[in-house]
Amino acid sequence: MAQAASEEKLLAALRAGDEDAFRELVREYQPSLVRVARIYVSTQAAAEEVAAETWLAVLNGLDRFEGRSSLRTWIFRILTNIAKTRAVRDGRTLPFSALDPGRVPEAAVAPDRFLDPEHPRWPGHWAVKPGPWPEDALLAAETRERIAEAIEALPATQRAVISLRDIEGWSSEEVRNALDLSETNQRVLLHRARSKVRAALEDYLNEAGT
Amino acid sequence: MNEHVEQLSCQELVELVTNYLEGALSEEERLRFEDHIGRCQGCKVYLEQMRQTVSLLGHLPEAALSPNAEAELLEAFRGWRSA
Repeated sequence: MAQAASEEKLLAALRAGDEDAFRELVREYQPSLVRVARIYVSTQAAAEEVAAETWLAVLNGLDRFEGRSSLRTWIFRILTNIAKTRAVRDGRTLPFSALDPGRVPEAAVAPDRFLDPEHPRWPGHWAVKPGPWPEDALLAAETRERIAEAIEALPATQRAVISLRDIEGWSSEEVRNALDLSETNQRVLLHRARSKVRAALEDYLNEAGT
Repeated sequence: MNEHVEQLSCQELVELVTNYLEGALSEEERLRFEDHIGRCQGCKVYLEQMRQTVSLLGHLPEAALSPNAEAELLEAFRGWRSA
């Protein structure tokens, strides 16, 4: 992959004080930084402050960055540390389950969509089957707005995982590194987030189709 | 041998969709999953909807940075550069 080579170039440009290179980097990562910061701090404003502080720390640490991890992973490590410090200072404790979702079960689909698990003939089968979605409605601008709303409504950790994986297109390994998540927890969080967005889409498209 | 394998219910299957799409199921689990999908229209549609959801997410516009925030960060960059 050309990623390592382009990262070398980017680093050289940043160290040389190239403003365009910095602008590009900020545009690429700032939205994700703010979303990840929201896992730890309670308000959007605090998350933006954490992100701004992160950029300063990145600039100040640039000469010491040795490239043992990717630049991206390094930036998100810095963010996470700053966000945690900020959360402690604000007296906010992270709920125990936020990064360890296994403790609290959550159904991907409302249980009343299925027949009883003790049903004599069709245990756990669909009571109300999902119907195919109309292709044209899927592509409508309003559908995209509904998706954005559904993402906003997610718990912060789920929102961060689905944003990085599915909107920004990161690999699961990159997300695990940036958020310091186990493989299983990353998948559970992604599953819950995707399931909820699907359910929101289904609600909307059923409503629109009737 | 297949006949002895316990079948997945639809309610169980929907919890495995992400593991399936991530390639995280064991060979046996994957076969059970695909066997169920092959015989169940509801779950087939469900899997397709999850794929469509992921695909739509990939085409959302990324959140943009406010011009103000960008200007402030660039200001900080200039300060760092001249320090």
